[in-house]
Amino acid sequence: MKYMMFVVADPAAAAEAEPSDDDLTIEEWLADVDGRGKRLTGDALRPTADATTVRVRRGEVIITDGPFTESKEWIVGFDILDCDDLDEAISIAARHPQANGGKLELRPFMTPED
Amino acid sequence: MVATLIRLTGDWDLAEEAVQDAVERALRRWPEEGLPRSPAAWLTTVAKNRALDVLRRRRTERAKLEEAAIEAELGVAGGSPRDPMSDDLLRLLFTCCHPALALDSRVALTLKTVAGLSTAEIARAFLVSESTLSQRLLRTKRKIANAGIPFRVPPDELLAERTGGVLAVLYLIFNEGYSRREDHVAVEARRITSLLVELMPHEDEALGLLALMTFHLARRSTRFDTDGHLVPMEEQDRSRWDRSLVDEGRGHLGRAARSGAAPGTYRLQAEIALCHAAALDAGSTPWAEIVALYDALLAVQPSPVIALNRAIAVGFRDGYEAGLAELDRLDTTALSAYHPLPAARADFLRRLGRTDEALRAYDAALDLVSEDQPEHELVQRRISELRQPDS
Repeated sequence: MKYMMFVVADPAAAAEAEPSDDDLTIEEWLADVDGRGKRLTGDALRPTADATTVRVRRGEVIITDGPFTESKEWIVGFDILDCDDLDEAISIAARHPQANGGKLELRPFMTPED
Repeated sequence: MVATLIRLTGDWDLAEEAVQDAVERALRRWPEEGLPRSPAAWLTTVAKNRALDVLRRRRTERAKLEEAAIEAELGVAGGSPRDPMSDDLLRLLFTCCHPALALDSRVALTLKTVAGLSTAEIARAFLVSESTLSQRLLRTKRKIANAGIPFRVPPDELLAERTGGVLAVLYLIFNEGYSRREDHVAVEARRITSLLVELMPHEDEALGLLALMTFHLARRSTRFDTDGHLVPMEEQDRSRWDRSLVDEGRGHLGRAARSGAAPGTYRLQAEIALCHAAALDAGSTPWAEIVALYDALLAVQPSPVIALNRAIAVGFRDGYEAGLAELDRLDTTALSAYHPLPAARADFLRRLGRTDEALRAYDAALDLVSEDQPEHELVQRRISELRQPDS
């Protein structure tokens, strides 16, 4: 089953996070998930300062500088996982370096039956 | 039975319908034809066949796969040594309590599919409308299917934490039922916990939780007086406590202790409850032992509420002045909206004869408890008693 994993930075949580010896580096995490064939693709994203948001309202294209949300958290990267079930996706997300001090959202994809 | 059909069909609604259908048929046919040799097997077969009928009519790809699974199972003669239905029940329970589901959803789904309560009963017990609850159940089942929550007992590396999660949901359901006087909900929670104990006999915290619930229920008849007013434990008529339930709870704790594992939160809370339940009168309560148990409990579950309960026990062990001092040492920020804190202070002050201070503390408690809670009436009662000592 495919999951979109959004990797999210959360400065408030990061400030309180304590690094642990069990934390993987991103290279170690990638080596593991790629090695087991659990990741289809993924990448890091540039910061929200480089983002552009596009809307069309009443025929007018509205372009704004910055991300779509005003939130204090933001998406720093994504991965598309291919897992047996949610528990496997959760265990992969939990070992991502951003889990300690950040967040990861797991969202399943729409299927043809939906 | 529902659990087995959920496993076979992956369709929670179909599973429930099929079982209901089988039960209805049984109610029609058994009075005339007599009981089959194995009623459970009869029901399961009828339910599986009904599910098959529905699936055939659906004719989708997925339905064909599920059909094949059911047919394979119907064809198998005899069973594995361990009852497959109880395996499925355990799978169902863990699935309903999966951490990816919202807590409200876990509670609702457990009560609907594991306990078999109706939507109406659950809605009434939790003070939501039936349509809200139906929506919640629907969303929850969809999430399980759409998010890929597996229908299984978790693997060993996840089992400890997920079992803790199941126990927490069961205790939550018990407490909601017990505190709202929806006794049948509390009784259902205890029944499921008892099933869990049967299916996971080495899980000592499940035994601890079962003991804890049993001790609470033992005192059920004395919690409220005939006017529906809360009766503090100290004033309860202990001769009306159900001794057979107390003995049963004691038995569960004994079995749990045989595991050799250090007691966790439920076993410790149950030991505390047993200290109270075994005391023939309030005066014989072994407060020193209770404080020691609270110390152990705080070590496994640091919580301001447990710290408060410990402070109260200290007051009864060492004297009310010591109790007040212990209450002063608590983290008041965490407990700022928690009425038992000023109520405990008020209670010690009252026993010390410090009436004015007691009244102020009871007023503070009154601000924090809503009128529909039974504690509200109790606090007001104490206030009137203090204001008019001879009435």
